[in-house]
Amino acid sequence: MKAYDIVIIGGGPAGLAAAAAAKRSGIDSILILERDRELGGILNQCIHNGFGLHTFKEELTGPEYASRFIDQVEELGIEYKLNTMVMDISPNKVVTAMNREEGLYEIQAKAIVLAMGCRERSRGALNIPGYRPAGIYSAGTAQRLVNMEGFMPGRTCVILGSGDIGLIMARRMTFEGAKVKVVAELMPYSGGLKRNIVQCLDDYGIPLKLSHTVVDIKGKERLEGITLAQVDNKGKPIPGTEEFYECDTLLLSVGLIPENELSNGMGVAMNPITSGPIVNESLETNIEGVFACGNVLHVHDLVDFVSEEAAAAGRNAAAYVKDGAAANVKEVITLKGVDGVRYTVPSTINVDRMADQLIVRFRVGGVYKNCYVSTYFDDERVLRRKRPVVAPGEMEEVKLSKEQLLKYPDLKTITIKIEEA
Amino acid sequence: MEIKLTCIACPMGCPLSVEMDGDKVVSVTGNTCPRGKVYGEKEVTNPTRIVTSTVKVSGGESVMVSVKTKNDIPKGKIFDVVKALKDVEIPAPVKIGDIVIADVAGTGVDIVATKNVD
Ligand SMILES: Cc1cc2nc3c(=O)[nH]c(=O)nc-3n(C[C@H](O)[C@H](O)[C@H](O)COP(=O)(O)OP(=O)(O)OC[C@H]3O[C@@H](n4cnc5c(N)ncnc54)[C@H](O)[C@@H]3O)c2cc1C
Ligand code: SF4
Repeated sequence: MKAYDIVIIGGGPAGLAAAAAAKRSGIDSILILERDRELGGILNQCIHNGFGLHTFKEELTGPEYASRFIDQVEELGIEYKLNTMVMDISPNKVVTAMNREEGLYEIQAKAIVLAMGCRERSRGALNIPGYRPAGIYSAGTAQRLVNMEGFMPGRTCVILGSGDIGLIMARRMTFEGAKVKVVAELMPYSGGLKRNIVQCLDDYGIPLKLSHTVVDIKGKERLEGITLAQVDNKGKPIPGTEEFYECDTLLLSVGLIPENELSNGMGVAMNPITSGPIVNESLETNIEGVFACGNVLHVHDLVDFVSEEAAAAGRNAAAYVKDGAAANVKEVITLKGVDGVRYTVPSTINVDRMADQLIVRFRVGGVYKNCYVSTYFDDERVLRRKRPVVAPGEMEEVKLSKEQLLKYPDLKTITIKIEEA
Repeated sequence: MEIKLTCIACPMGCPLSVEMDGDKVVSVTGNTCPRGKVYGEKEVTNPTRIVTSTVKVSGGESVMVSVKTKNDIPKGKIFDVVKALKDVEIPAPVKIGDIVIADVAGTGVDIVATKNVD
């Protein structure tokens, strides 16, 4: 059986950044496994600009951003295998992969970085009875068709869900000559980035209808139109608000879900809120030496943060290979999100193992205006940052320093919450 | 007069408020970084956008290559640029940064490739 120090599952931005960081931390035996025919992950179909301002101080398109990291991986001489699907990972880190040349084969790893990204939610989004005529696509599928295969799914279009992919596709379909009639969102707020609402809808006069959903689909063979209705605060359609839109295409952009079949299979403990692994300060799962980063850990909206998080995972995996598991793990600090904070990544901190600074990332459950993001060490409020607005569509962060945590040797719980100003 | 905007110079999307005196910008507030100020001033006087799209490739590993305007172009010219890209086909190989159309739609800005296609 082949053996590597670190095996990285997935060659998207997370896997690439983890690999580069692990190599720079002094590990030479690294292998990236990617099921697609090229590296770069989802970025290859995200041809719009807006990537990398934080990392490279310039605004790149998805493929350009990916190529910066692919170049690093090439220059560092890191080994990767394309067209190779990872089928299974055992708890003792034997990776079973498959490709055309080698068939099914096994690789022993000392450490593993999970970087499989996410996929689109689709089933359940349209919980209405009736036919499913041709012309209904997930927004990401449509993005792949238009941008990579040059195939236009239709001419008149309605988009359900205001996630970023849906917003981006509203503009993209408009450029390709389609008429995008409306974007409907079930929630009273958009799940997408504000800049995408401005640049993809407002610029082209495409209306965004909040608290609306599709209640009826017309057409047997091909979609002929859909009916939208307003919903009440329980998400129930309000009779009398129905409006018919003629269209041949319906795109669904109703969120992303981390791709964790492999993690589940090997016994990694999951956080039901993120649908990603529960990790400690080292981005390590409950299985020692198994790390997670990027969209497989929790769905990110900014690839810069994916790269940053993944580089930390890569460094930590390298440290694990060199130094082994944390010696006598002492009391760990538990992190909790309450009062509007839905989750935190990581979930626990072992101060001895943390870097000088640790970024705790989280999402909020609703829109809060003029609020404080507050951090409590047990019952004492130690940090408070004023925010004009926080929203579920945008990931938030709190920075903790090791120096500060060392001053609280008996600290049990760190709580992050939203407080009214 | 005060104009409320969302900075789109990066995905943070900071809420900006631009104070105007006639057609002069007096101040920009709400920005997290200096780019926000530049964006705010420009958006109220001369709004521009980067346009991204795809063109066909012949004889390559993929059938499409992604492209963008090398710099931003006036917002009002977006559809002229989009039209100019229609039915363009270029031969492989293509490298990131290759000029696909020079001075697109009279904007003085080039369309460049954003992906390598061998
Ligand atoms: C449509 C869309 C638009 C976006 N727009 C922006 C934007 O404007 N600006 C911005 O900064 N960010 C944006 N993002 C976010 C950013 O692109 C993602 O957060 C980032 O790509 C996540 O990186 P990742 O490596 O975790 O996942 P991915 O890019 O999804 O990569 C995961 C990789 O793992 C591979 N893989 C999965 N399972 C296996 C397996 N079993 N075996 C082998 N390989 C496997 C996949 O093929 C894939 O290549 C956008 C995301 C999407 C989806
Ligand atoms: S002000 Fe700066 S940080 Fe805020 S959105 Fe604009 S460019 Fe981004």
